[in-house]
Amino acid sequence: MDTAFSSEDLKFQSDVREFISNNYPKELKDSIGAKRKTGKELSRDDLMTWHKILGKHNGWSAPGWPKQYGGAEFSPTQKYIFEQECARAECQYIMPFGVNMVGPVIYTFGNDEQKAKHLPGILSGDVFWCQGYSEPGSGSDLASLKTSAVKEGDHYVVNGQKTWTTLAQHADWIFCLVRTNPEAEKPQQGISFLLIDMKTPGITVRPIKLMDGSHEVNETWFDNVKVPVENLIGQENMGWTYAKFLLAHERSGIAGVARSKKALERIKQIASAEMSYGEPLIQDPAFKSKIANAELELNSLEYTELRTLAKDSAGKGPGPESSLLKIKGTDIQQMVTELAMEAVGYYANPHLGTTLSNEYVGPDYATNLSGSYFNFRKASIYGGSNEIQRNIIAKMVLGL
Amino acid sequence: MNFDYTEEQTLLENMVTSFVRDDYDWDTRCSIVKTEEGWKEENWKKFAELGLLGVPFEEDHGGLGGEATDIMIVMEQFGKGLVVEPYMPSIILAGGLISKLGSADQKNSIIPEIISGDRRYVFAYAEPQSRFDLFDVKCSATLDGDNYTINGFKSVVFGAGMATHLIISVRTEGDQRSKSGITLFLVDIKSEGITLQNYPTIDEYRASEVVIENLSVSKENILGELGNSYEAIEEQVDLSTIAICSEAVGILQVLKDSTNDYCKNRKQFGQPISANQAIQHRLVDMMIEYEQAKSILYMAITADLNNPDERRKAASAAKARIGKAIKFVGENAIQLHGGMGVVDEYMISHFFKRATMIGILFGNVDFHMKRYIDLTQSNIQSINEEDGINLS
Repeated sequence: MDTAFSSEDLKFQSDVREFISNNYPKELKDSIGAKRKTGKELSRDDLMTWHKILGKHNGWSAPGWPKQYGGAEFSPTQKYIFEQECARAECQYIMPFGVNMVGPVIYTFGNDEQKAKHLPGILSGDVFWCQGYSEPGSGSDLASLKTSAVKEGDHYVVNGQKTWTTLAQHADWIFCLVRTNPEAEKPQQGISFLLIDMKTPGITVRPIKLMDGSHEVNETWFDNVKVPVENLIGQENMGWTYAKFLLAHERSGIAGVARSKKALERIKQIASAEMSYGEPLIQDPAFKSKIANAELELNSLEYTELRTLAKDSAGKGPGPESSLLKIKGTDIQQMVTELAMEAVGYYANPHLGTTLSNEYVGPDYATNLSGSYFNFRKASIYGGSNEIQRNIIAKMVLGL
Repeated sequence: MNFDYTEEQTLLENMVTSFVRDDYDWDTRCSIVKTEEGWKEENWKKFAELGLLGVPFEEDHGGLGGEATDIMIVMEQFGKGLVVEPYMPSIILAGGLISKLGSADQKNSIIPEIISGDRRYVFAYAEPQSRFDLFDVKCSATLDGDNYTINGFKSVVFGAGMATHLIISVRTEGDQRSKSGITLFLVDIKSEGITLQNYPTIDEYRASEVVIENLSVSKENILGELGNSYEAIEEQVDLSTIAICSEAVGILQVLKDSTNDYCKNRKQFGQPISANQAIQHRLVDMMIEYEQAKSILYMAITADLNNPDERRKAASAAKARIGKAIKFVGENAIQLHGGMGVVDEYMISHFFKRATMIGILFGNVDFHMKRYIDLTQSNIQSINEEDGINLS
C-alpha cells in the first residue's frame, strides 16, 4: 500500500496550485465572496469566468475529455488532484451541464457536425448549457417522461414541460430527453436525446424559488418548439442509452470531500469566535463531539474515494460504488451545513439580502448560514435521490 | 498511489486464509472453545511453523520485520475465522513491548523463544478502577535489596491462562494516576505470588483475574527504564488497537456478507425477504458502514505511525469510527437474521459478540472520541474573513 502520490502527480499538484494562485482573479473571489455574504445570486460572469480562464489553458476546463476534442485528458489521479486543489483554493466550480454531462454524450454519440458545432463552446465556456431531464411527473422515475417530440419534415415539434432546470435563466442551450415514440413497449424505448437552442420561439423559463429564497432552478415550458432534426443525438428512440451514459459521468467528484473539509475548517473558525457557557463554542464538549464526528466520517469517505480512485486508475472502473460516494458525500454536506447554522446561534435567524431588508446585522460570517442548511436539503434528493442510490447498490453491488 | 499488497503480503494473506479455511472451520472452532483450555496449543505450533509468530519482529531476531499492513492482513483473516488463540495479546501487544523496550540481552533471549512458540507473554495492565486509562496503576512495588516485591491486582488479562510469562505494569513511584513512575516487570507465570483465576469471556475467548501477592522479582527483570514506561505502553496499545480494528473489519465483512446471503435465501410471504426495500436499504447501509470502516482502517495503517501524535490520532480515529460500524452492522445482522440471529447454535451471533467485545477493548467509542477530540479540536482558530462556506 502506498498512499503517496507519485513524483509526477506531485509535480502536477504544484503546477495546478501555482496556476490557480496566478490566475484565479481576485475580483472574482471578491465578487463571489461579497454575494455569498449578502445572500445575492451569482451572475453568469461569476459562474463562467473561471471556466473561461481554464478553457484557454490546455483544456483544463474539461479535465476528463480526450485531447482530440480539446480536453485535458487527465488521469483519474490528476482529476482528483485538480478537483482537490480547486476546492482548497475555493475556486468557483465548473458548471457540470456542458463539460461533464452533454459534452461526453456529444463526443461519444454525436456526429462530426455536432462535435464541431458544440464542443468548442462548451470547452471555452462561451456557451451555457442546462439539463432537460426531470418533469413534474418524472422525478426518480425518469423514463416516464412525457415531453413529446413529433417529427414534421426537417424538424421536431416539441411540447411539454421540464422542471428543476438548474440555472436555465442563464442558459443558451438545453439538452432534453423527449418522447418520440409513445407506443413503444417499454417507456425507456421511445425516448430521444435532443439539443435545443434556448432562443427558439415557444420556450418559456419560469423561476422556482427554493426555501432559502434562492433562484437556482426553473420550470422550462415547450410550446410547439421547432427543433431541426440535425439536433438529434445518435439514433431516434435510443436516448435512454445516452441518458444512462451521462448519469455515469455525472458522478465524478460527487463526494465533495475537499469542499466539505474546507467548510469544516471554516466552522472551527466560527466556533472559535462564538461563545457558549462563557467560553469559545469550540471548547463546548457537545459541539466538539459533533465536529469530530463529521471529521471522522469525512476521513473515512476520503479513503473510500481514494480506494475508488485506485481501482479506477488500475482500469477497473469506478462502477456503482460511486452511489456510495453520493450517499455519504451528501450526508456529510448536510451535516456540515447544519453545524455551521448551529454554530451561530440566534444569528441563524436574520434573512438578509432580500427585497425586504437591505440592512446587515450580526457577524459577517453568520450571514446566510441557515440559508445554506435549508438549501442543502436538496443534496440527498438531486442526482438520483439517496433512496434511489440505495436501490442501485442493492441491485448492482449486493445482487438483491 | 495504490492500496495493493506486495507479493509477500499476498502470500501472507493466502497463507492465513488457507489456515482459517482448512484448519479452523466453524465446527473445529466450536470444539476448541468448548475445551477446558479454550485454545489449541497445536495451532500455536502451526503459527510458528507458518512464521506467523514472527510477523512483527525484527529480522535480526528471526522475525519477518512486518509493518502495520502485514499485521492487518493476519488480523483481518483471523477475524473472519474468529480465531481464539491469543495472537494479538501475545504477539502484537506483549511482543511489541519487548521489541520496543527490551535490552539487547532480553531481546536476544526472549524474542526467538516467542517466535518459536515456546514462550507466550501477555501484558497485565488493566485494574478494576482503571477502566481504559493505561496510566491508572495501583499495583505497586517496594525495593528490597536487588529484588522488588510486588502487590496488586490485574483485571481481565486476555490469554493469561495460555501464557508462560507475564508483563506486569507496576507503580514504582508517583500517584495512582501519574503517567510517570510506571515500570514493567517480566515474570514467569508460575512464580510464587501469582494466582490466576481463569474464565471464559462472553465471546468465548479466555481471560484471567491476576492476584499478585508478595511477588519477588529481581531488578534484572525490569523491561525498559525504571518508572518510564508509559509512553511505550501507550504506543503499543495504539498499535494493538489498530490490529484489533483490522480483526473487526474481517468480522464485519462476515457479518455483512452472511446477512446478505441469509436475506436472499430466507423466504416469507412467498418471496425472499431481500425483495423488500426496507431490507435492501438496511443491507446497503450495512455495506456502506463496512466500507467506511475499512477506509478509516486504511487511513490508520498508512498514517505516519512513528510520529506519536499522528499515531494517537490514527488509532483513536479508527477505533471510534469502527466502533460505530460494529454497533450498526452487528445489531442489524442480528435483526435481519430474525430468530436465527439470537440463537447460540448459528454462527452469526458469535461474530456479533466478538465484534462487540472488540468495541470495548482498549477503549470504547466514547473514550476514543474524547481522545481524538483532545488531540484535534482544542485550538482556537482565527477567522479568515475571505473564506466562506461554499459547498455548492
